[in-house]
Amino acid sequence: MKEFLAMGGYAAYVWTAYGLTAAVIGLNAWLAQRRYRQALRQIGQGEATRHPHGQPTVRKLS
Amino acid sequence: MGIARWFHQLASPPYLFRLAGRLAPWLGISALALLAVGTYGGLVLAPPDYLQGEGFRIIYVHVPSAYIGLMAYVVMAAAAACGFIWRIKLAHAVAASAAPVGASFTFLALVTGAVWGKPMWGTYWQWADARLVSELVLFFLYLGYILLRSSFDDRDKGDRVSAVLAVVGVVNVPIIHFSVEWWSTLHQGPTIARLDAPSITLDMLAPLLIMIAAYTLCFAWLVIRRLQAEILERERGTRWVERLAMEGPA
Amino acid sequence: MNTFTSLFARDLKLAARRWSEFSTPLIFFLIVASLFPFALSPDAATLRTVGTGVLWISALLSSLLALDGLFRTDVDDGSMEQLLLSPASLSLLVFAKISAHWVVSGLPLLLLAPLVALSFYLPPAAVPTLVLALLLATPTLSALAAVGAALTVTLRAGGGLIGLLVLPLTSPVLIFGTRATDLAIHGEPAAGALYLLGALAAFCLSLAPLAASAAIRVNLE
Repeated sequence: MKEFLAMGGYAAYVWTAYGLTAAVIGLNAWLAQRRYRQALRQIGQGEATRHPHGQPTVRKLS
Repeated sequence: MGIARWFHQLASPPYLFRLAGRLAPWLGISALALLAVGTYGGLVLAPPDYLQGEGFRIIYVHVPSAYIGLMAYVVMAAAAACGFIWRIKLAHAVAASAAPVGASFTFLALVTGAVWGKPMWGTYWQWADARLVSELVLFFLYLGYILLRSSFDDRDKGDRVSAVLAVVGVVNVPIIHFSVEWWSTLHQGPTIARLDAPSITLDMLAPLLIMIAAYTLCFAWLVIRRLQAEILERERGTRWVERLAMEGPA
Repeated sequence: MNTFTSLFARDLKLAARRWSEFSTPLIFFLIVASLFPFALSPDAATLRTVGTGVLWISALLSSLLALDGLFRTDVDDGSMEQLLLSPASLSLLVFAKISAHWVVSGLPLLLLAPLVALSFYLPPAAVPTLVLALLLATPTLSALAAVGAALTVTLRAGGGLIGLLVLPLTSPVLIFGTRATDLAIHGEPAAGALYLLGALAAFCLSLAPLAASAAIRVNLE
């Protein structure tokens, strides 16, 4: 296991590369998901939807 | 007849939104699975390289990033061109979604390239590496597109003006790439090691192909999520969106 | 052809009236080039090494500066809208504007460049090739800068953005222009690089007016 982590002496480089990759892809995923959720909230927010019998209700979206 | 009709449907925001919503989980799960398999293959199963030892394993995160960076630009330019020529607003939404993702992967390609370069060349950056320099130019092209688009208050105008820029860029990318490639051969010293696995065997290649597939699925998921947000933002106030707000997303 | 020549002549006449506006990029070229000895070293060997690059980059930046206002003044005073209404193709009109602008800003560069080259201790024998290379390169630079100007014509802070958009696209011109100059400095034939510059010019001059006119139309919608 220790040998695996040491990567034949290149540990700093290999793990930095893989770590940065995971970080950037993860950040992209998080930002994309967050933007999507924000957009969902915005279309539901403040838009009073009318109940068929005329009673206004505001639905909140998860 | 069926295919033409399906293409027409794709230009309809509610249809594309729902289709995106259905595809997203599958893309996400398969992306994660392939990323896991590819990473394991690249870090554990693939044999160490004769010259570069374990250091060459960076190839499994560098090459797929570079590939996606380039592919994303082509997708972005093609979508922008479709939007411009046929006035399909959704196509512009696709281009807008692809841009930041493509830029991120290009950035990753540059950074992993630099990290790979340090043990190989002794420096973090090597101007003589044509591919790295081409990727730098590509990164600048992405930044220009994103900045130009955001400079416009009118979203439709921003879409269409940046579409012209995207097409100009995509036409120039091959020219720039070959010029830089040729230029680097002039100045390349004999000791420059290229960012490659010199003699690639199948057990080295397989994880690379898997990672490229994984990155592609990842790219697709990221673009689809952003596209869904873009569609909702652009279509705010329309009837189908209000109905969606009542019913909740499918 | 008549529309081309009339717009070409009109732009030249306007340029003659606003000559101070058009001399600015040329003076900029001289100033930028002369900053390098301060930044690097006045030593002949150093300057001879960097001279080619300094000259070409200064020319590049100067072209960019020159075309910043190519379309903006016309858009601001309404004459661009008139041009949009004309039956002639906008691309042809844009091409006429680029040509007139090149005569006023690119062509004088060909006269100033030898002075800069000699001041950087480049061999006089290389100057004719340098001028020829610039002759082939400056139209490309004008064309690309025009596209940048067209894309940003309605943006208030467009100036810096043009550079960001256009400079990466000019790298092939830079690569082959400096290559031609370096070959000439070493007494070798530069025909190959010159042909490539010519090809780039043909390519950009035929396509840039299309892109620029599309961008102008969208901006004025």
